Amino acid sequence: MTAKETQMADTITAEFSRTPSKWSMVGRNPRIIPIEDIDLSHPGIWEKNEHMPFLKRLREECPVHFCRRSAVGPYWSVMKHADIMEVDTSPAIYSSEPTIGIVDILPEFDAPSFIAMDPPRHNDQRKVVQPVVAPENLKKLSATIRERAAGILDELPVKEEFDWVERVSIDLTTRMLATLFDFPFEDRYKLTYWSDMATAIPGGGVAESHEHRWRVMLECLERFTELRNQRVNEPPRADLLSMLAHGEATRDMPPMEFLGNILLLVVGGNDTTRNSISGGVLALNKFPDEYEKLRRDPSLIPNMVSEIIRWQTPLAYMRRTAKIDTELRGQQIKAGDKIVMWYASGNRDPEMFDRPDDFRIDRPNARRHVSFGFGIHRCMGNRLAELQLRILWEEILKRFHRVEVTGEPTRVYSSFIHGYSKLPVVLHPL
Amino acid sequence: MIKVTFIEHDGTQRSVEATDGNSLMLAAVSNSVPGIDADCGGCCSCGTCHVYVNEQWLDKLKPMDEDEEDMLDMVDERRSNSRLACQITVREHLDGLVVTTPEFQF
Repeated sequence: MTAKETQMADTITAEFSRTPSKWSMVGRNPRIIPIEDIDLSHPGIWEKNEHMPFLKRLREECPVHFCRRSAVGPYWSVMKHADIMEVDTSPAIYSSEPTIGIVDILPEFDAPSFIAMDPPRHNDQRKVVQPVVAPENLKKLSATIRERAAGILDELPVKEEFDWVERVSIDLTTRMLATLFDFPFEDRYKLTYWSDMATAIPGGGVAESHEHRWRVMLECLERFTELRNQRVNEPPRADLLSMLAHGEATRDMPPMEFLGNILLLVVGGNDTTRNSISGGVLALNKFPDEYEKLRRDPSLIPNMVSEIIRWQTPLAYMRRTAKIDTELRGQQIKAGDKIVMWYASGNRDPEMFDRPDDFRIDRPNARRHVSFGFGIHRCMGNRLAELQLRILWEEILKRFHRVEVTGEPTRVYSSFIHGYSKLPVVLHPL
Repeated sequence: MIKVTFIEHDGTQRSVEATDGNSLMLAAVSNSVPGIDADCGGCCSCGTCHVYVNEQWLDKLKPMDEDEEDMLDMVDERRSNSRLACQITVREHLDGLVVTTPEFQF
């Protein structure tokens, strides 16, 4: 790293960290702040749950918005459902390379993966691992998921406060992830740790610094490399590591690319479902009539699952980079510009969703949410995520009259991961 | 009136009327034909209106473009007669078209 790059990395770390930053929008009035000053990239408003009025203002007044100055440099924000669809389905104009995060990555800390690649490399690598979530495999997994969900729920205390995130959301998704990788089950908590660390903002509470984060990532690489080397010498099996070890497009990956793809699968299969599991409980508590509707008609669960994923939007955005000069809703975008598709805003666009802030488990077009993205990068694990949520809610309804939220959730310090680190609840049995 | 037939993976057949100029996906969704999810609403970007076109009808369809090719590249159990229903425009010459839906849309 050159001195200038080190300095840049430190600046971003400082500006994104929890210490008071001039870039934070926390406490600013979203209705009177000059529109050009609005910056959605800083994690502050997301952690404090103050982001929604900012999203609404941009959606209404400046749906393709240019933020000239921010801790992460200039970037465009795409706020409307229709525009997000356009960007997401035009990979020849809006590239996923070099990264899909809002922060540019220094070469030293880069772990490339297929989410941040364009065709044809993207397609070649994705096809190697996709069978793990293909319908045939999901059929086999559903009995395991049900057994685990039941096991987790049966162990929970009733009429006594506990943290839903830790006991249910994390536990269920981590067990699933360990199964998909065939990762040693007793070490599965490491997957959660690596996942949290992979998306951590240095100074944000999980990682102390870039170096700290990177050190942990290299530990992760070491462990997975060890496991891959075992798989290489065994006949191919239906777990992700074996697929990567034997797949033609992935078996000779350089270490950093192997790490990148491991992290992609770990984060993709973990955080997102975790936060949708927590978000569903929160949503049903904020909209008790919907909870009543659900108890009366459990056949609404599959549609509710889509509505949970819309309402929560577990990943707030994906970034693209313009390959050529182009125009979007009358705005002139230049080659090389950063474009951020705010899924969290598209999912609340009244032009697509009637009364978008309401949680309605029988919303007719809930499946049109953009939480999975669209086009060639559409979430690979979408069906598995839906399956886990569906089964979990079926098992919850068999046991509990209500999962009552008893305090404010603690939200993740991130403008990317839109979720919860704590959610206090009390269970009321049937 | 143009008639198209959807056969489910278990053999259940449904013939529905389709509107000239609309997509085959729309014919399925507006007649509540199961087995077509069409999550994206018909813009060739989710791959969840995957159908297998009855062989005798294949060459009557407009060849697929690159976008459809890319999306089909990701679907489960793609076959040589795989198409996305949202990319098939129903016209008079397709009266009688028969397609099979896969067990799962993915």
